[in-house]
Amino acid sequence: MPTKVIALTGNQAAAEAMRQINFDVAAVYPISPQTELMGFFAEYVANGEVDTDMVAVEGEHSAMAACIGAAAAGARVITASAGPGIAYMVENLYIASGMRLPIVLIDVNRALSAPLSIHCDHADSMLTRDSSWISIFSENAQEAYHNLIMSVKIAEKAMFPVIVNYDGYIVSHSIENVEVLDDETVRNFVGPSGIHRIPYPLLDVSKPVTYGATAQPDYYTECKYQQHVDFLKVYDIFREVAQEFESISGKYYDFIEEYMTDDAEYIGISMGSSFGTLKDAVNALRAQGRKVGAIKIRLYRPFPVKEVARALSNAKGVAVFDRADSFDGIGGPLFKDVASAVFHNQNRPLIHNFIYGLGGREIHEEEFMRAFDRVERLEKGVESRDYLVEYLQVRA
Amino acid sequence: MAKKVTIQILADLAQEREERYHSHNPLAPGHRMCIGCGIPPIVNEVLLAIDKPVVVSTATGCLEVTTGVYPYTAWNTPWIHVNFQSAAAVIGGVEAAYNVLKKKGLIGEDIEFVAFGGDGGTYDIGFQALSAAVERGHNFLYVCYNNEGYQNTGYQKSSATPIGAYTKTTPVGSAKVGKQEPRKDLTMIMAAHGIPYVAQASPHIYRDLTRKVKKALTFKGPKFINVLQPCTLSWRFAPEDTMRLAKLAVETRYWPVYEVIHGKYWKVNIKPKRPKPIEEYIAAQPRWKHVLKYPEIVERIQKEVDDKWNHLLALEEMSKALAEKEGIDYEALFANPEDNKESQ
Repeated sequence: MPTKVIALTGNQAAAEAMRQINFDVAAVYPISPQTELMGFFAEYVANGEVDTDMVAVEGEHSAMAACIGAAAAGARVITASAGPGIAYMVENLYIASGMRLPIVLIDVNRALSAPLSIHCDHADSMLTRDSSWISIFSENAQEAYHNLIMSVKIAEKAMFPVIVNYDGYIVSHSIENVEVLDDETVRNFVGPSGIHRIPYPLLDVSKPVTYGATAQPDYYTECKYQQHVDFLKVYDIFREVAQEFESISGKYYDFIEEYMTDDAEYIGISMGSSFGTLKDAVNALRAQGRKVGAIKIRLYRPFPVKEVARALSNAKGVAVFDRADSFDGIGGPLFKDVASAVFHNQNRPLIHNFIYGLGGREIHEEEFMRAFDRVERLEKGVESRDYLVEYLQVRA
Repeated sequence: MAKKVTIQILADLAQEREERYHSHNPLAPGHRMCIGCGIPPIVNEVLLAIDKPVVVSTATGCLEVTTGVYPYTAWNTPWIHVNFQSAAAVIGGVEAAYNVLKKKGLIGEDIEFVAFGGDGGTYDIGFQALSAAVERGHNFLYVCYNNEGYQNTGYQKSSATPIGAYTKTTPVGSAKVGKQEPRKDLTMIMAAHGIPYVAQASPHIYRDLTRKVKKALTFKGPKFINVLQPCTLSWRFAPEDTMRLAKLAVETRYWPVYEVIHGKYWKVNIKPKRPKPIEEYIAAQPRWKHVLKYPEIVERIQKEVDDKWNHLLALEEMSKALAEKEGIDYEALFANPEDNKESQ
């Protein structure tokens, strides 16, 4: 498998994947920290290195509307956004998945206002969690690049749109070594474009189709039920594509990544760029003789319920790290997902939720280590808690 | 009830379409629009005038909820509806897809792209998407069926609602009589975008509307046609009077029928020799006729109508002079598309 290693930022790596995939249409609107990505891609368009029609729309709502039109037409389409831009396009996200259109959306994760922050957290992506978009989180530029290539195939096999998440600035603007596949390998993997990749393209004028009908109470439930049933098929499709991808890249991406969980009594769970720091915390605690481990959620939607339940089946205590708050008296979104996953485990661990990294706040291994300590003390009954959720990093 | 009369020009266009594409009406009968609704004739006059396959996008509204009720559809042509504000953005996306795939040799046919929206989806919530789509220069025709309010939700005011008109959000009370503000002049705003073709039309002059559609499609790029659509339900006139209302709107100069090329050259297509007073048009509409009790409101409406009319005539004169200065044949600019096919 011909690859080369080059130094790229997350945004450069994503732009490289977009160039290699050679999307037909990219409808985009600038927003930090995504802006730079589209700037890189615009240069490929300007230099004729891709066939893409880049539609520079006037807002994210229209970006997704144009993507829906282009995808229904039969084109391979992509858009990218962040934070408030994701919030602005949410209405159309539900329409894209309800119409079963294979669109790819890059979410360069950013906090939501107010107060305004251009920096990373996962609040934007949490707006999409019930939208029946497949959602994948990337830890670094390498994963962003790989996820993007896989996402096209996953979307077209599942006939659901896909969000590829990577952390704003932390991943998008940091330079790393990235193993890049050669163009031909990527293009063979995703296959050629053409309107008949999807069953009912608008541009097949010989077979007129209606997209976006209105459904009364006599049919709406059936439409949603079909969506529900098919969304559960994503697990198998994701695995199938991940295996195919392994054959061209040598890397296999499962729904979750486990680190030292085999004999772990206490396990921390996070998504995105913080996982490296979490592993550092695990290493430091292991050096002290503590039995700890870590889990990274890669496939966030549909949620890997069974895999998480199994991975936590012997744990005594679990620290769930949420990079977004739900402000609901329960805990962050990921916390609720994990708690639901282990609810039917015979051995139910103590689960505690930590909110961290909001609006770009850096996270350090000491902070994660403190969280492990807290969970252990809660589990042993040395400490008690008023709520299931607490903030990990608040200045005194 | 009015007698059913075949309109020859539309019958001919339907015949032509049948022969070429084996599809009689792009909008099939059997949809659920109200008896007497002005939308079906507008949609048919527009789509039958197009002699190529056409993909249609539609904003949420009367046309949308009555033509695509799952699991049925009245659309005999590829059709997409995304939401209220996105008709122009969606058709822009479809057109972008078409351009790329056509360039790659993956599509053979020449296809036209049309978006329909009501005044709510065009003047108000969809205005940003429309303005931006035409600025980007997508090759499509946007047709607004303007019934001067949110009729699909039971008649609330839009920025197309005229002064004094009753709506559910501008009721007639002791402190306020209907809507306070004048209509937004969207046709003028679209002309200011400098796009190749902008027009106002009325469904009762079907020859004019079909000609305008054909004319519009001789230009590559964005085109906009604003069509007045009398609403029997909310304006509260008898279903058989739809075209009579449309006619009165033109005869009172309330709805001037005109066209604009490249935002520069203006032509008023119909100039009523003896314009009827606005009262006659107002009196035919129970939604509006309460204003006849308030001479100052009627005067305000008449002044708005007269001012706009005079402005249009001045623009027409100005553009004739401009064309002459530029050495351009003004009449040829507005010639029927059939008459100058070679210039297409």
